[in-house]
Amino acid sequence: MSAVTDQRGAVPVAASAAAPPPPRRRRARGFGSMSLGEKIGRYALLVFVLLICVGPFLWQLSTSLKSRSEDIYTRIPQLWPSEPTISNYTRVMEAIPVWSFIGNSLFVAVLAVAGNVIFSTLAGFALARLRFRGAKVALGLFLATLILPGEATIIANFVTIRTFGLADSLLGVALPGMIAALNVLLMYNAFRQLPAEVDEAAVIDGATAFQRFWSIAMPSVRGTVAVIAIFSFIGAWDDFLWPLIVLTSPDNFTLTIGLQYLSGTFSNDQRMIAAGSMIAFVPIAIVFAVLQRHFFKGVEEGGVKG
Amino acid sequence: MTATDISAPAAGGQPTRRPRRGGGPARTTNRITPWLFLAPALAWLLVFSIWPSLNTIRMAFTNAKPLGGNERYVGLENFALILRDDQVVNALLNSVVFMLICLPLLTILPLLIALLVEKKLPGITFFRTAFYTPVIASAVVVALIWTFMLDDRGLVNGLAQQLSFISEPLPFLTERWLIVISAVSLTVWKGLGYYMIIYLAALGNVGKELHEAAAMDGAGAVRRFTAVTLPGVRGAMLLIAVLVCVAALRVFTEVFIMTGGTGGAGGEALTMVMLIQQYSRGFSGDLGYASALSILMFAITVVPLLLLGKINSRSNA
Repeated sequence: MSAVTDQRGAVPVAASAAAPPPPRRRRARGFGSMSLGEKIGRYALLVFVLLICVGPFLWQLSTSLKSRSEDIYTRIPQLWPSEPTISNYTRVMEAIPVWSFIGNSLFVAVLAVAGNVIFSTLAGFALARLRFRGAKVALGLFLATLILPGEATIIANFVTIRTFGLADSLLGVALPGMIAALNVLLMYNAFRQLPAEVDEAAVIDGATAFQRFWSIAMPSVRGTVAVIAIFSFIGAWDDFLWPLIVLTSPDNFTLTIGLQYLSGTFSNDQRMIAAGSMIAFVPIAIVFAVLQRHFFKGVEEGGVKG
Repeated sequence: MTATDISAPAAGGQPTRRPRRGGGPARTTNRITPWLFLAPALAWLLVFSIWPSLNTIRMAFTNAKPLGGNERYVGLENFALILRDDQVVNALLNSVVFMLICLPLLTILPLLIALLVEKKLPGITFFRTAFYTPVIASAVVVALIWTFMLDDRGLVNGLAQQLSFISEPLPFLTERWLIVISAVSLTVWKGLGYYMIIYLAALGNVGKELHEAAAMDGAGAVRRFTAVTLPGVRGAMLLIAVLVCVAALRVFTEVFIMTGGTGGAGGEALTMVMLIQQYSRGFSGDLGYASALSILMFAITVVPLLLLGKINSRSNA
């Protein structure tokens, strides 16, 4: 609701010399303020959807805090544990090397973030801001690989990793994910939207391509970089299929694989599985909660729009 | 992985829609510099996308094994085996059913939620973030949560029995079609926030002026929805429909975790990717067969993408 749209609406009214109030009032009711009833209705619906979206997490959290003497299969769900305990968490720590799994997941995720941020900004900048022969072909290559579902090449990728001698290693898990064609295109899009005049001056002053990239273009695309970093981290942290194929020795397990191992080994101990899944979920939830402002801002700026 | 897929067609589609603004000045750099910028990304693309695609096609005609060893060409044998493989038929059927249920739910529900969180009410950022939480959680975590809830004695069966909807617990995790339906509910639940964001971006692009003009012309809320909102998000809706179809063909973790890696009794609820994964390891694995399955999977996922391209080019013409 900006002043511009109001004026635009008012001009024809004034021009036809009709009394302005009636249309403005009708418009105000539709858009400006919301009636109390509508507000209450909206919040009721919001809370309803909130329960559906967050409820299962709370249920799992509650189960992970229930003691062994408490029945977790009651017909009427008990959200609040009668005697809250962290013993399920300590039992998970005794059953699997949680810290080492977290370290493994972090290693993979950090490599994914670093690779995607560095490589896709460099490539996106070249495609968007430097003119050279073959640029269209390069762009076409990145676009073409978008339609390739990762699962379709996962077997061949495993063979490649095995050839490199990286089967059953964390580097083997991290390597293919260090760049995604999509991120190159997202950066290409972000760089393209900067007006050309911005770096024309820099060119006249004799700045090198890298100086233009680093000091002029990069500071303007921070939002998109944040989105790529967040998505890369979450993608690597949450990934299951690829590490499942690459890794065989428990020492190298990432958290998701460790969690699957836990649930397979202690399948009848639901409290322990619940505690394990909370250990995998809480860190990523915190990362997202801290960065969500950048995420939603970045998404609004570029990325998904269009 | 899947999370980043959202903006793919957007990134590709934008150049045609927006006037060209960027594109740095010519004759500024030497010939080598741009390629230095591109080198790492291109190298990765070559090694982990283009080469594996070619290698998948090559391996589909071999009997390559996960543990290495002698490899020889077997002609079309793998493809002939696929045609006779009941598990492949099952997997494809599961995918189609999965897709048909997911498609309407995931194109409509996220739009309604996006309309709900679009208005900037106090606390709306909290709700948006909360609705997005299932998206950021690992599919493993989500599947474990739902496995517990859908257990014979779990939350869903318990509540349904308490309220006398059912007298016996439903075998959500063991009966074939109930497994598929459980996987659908899990996928829809996890996807709501993801597609909500796409709709939210699309709604932001629908001019407020249009809404106001329609309101001034006396259009009610329903009329404004069908005449202004729906046409405005049509592109996003098409995109989401395609994304949902492709995602349905790629389902893995949800069913894998819910069935403990088995795909239900007799493996009837297996998905395509689960089949590929099964043949990817161990002594009984067969990379040649897994590659042939990968090609089949790729061929099927391309169909919705081609459809989208066709619809897009028609509406632009």
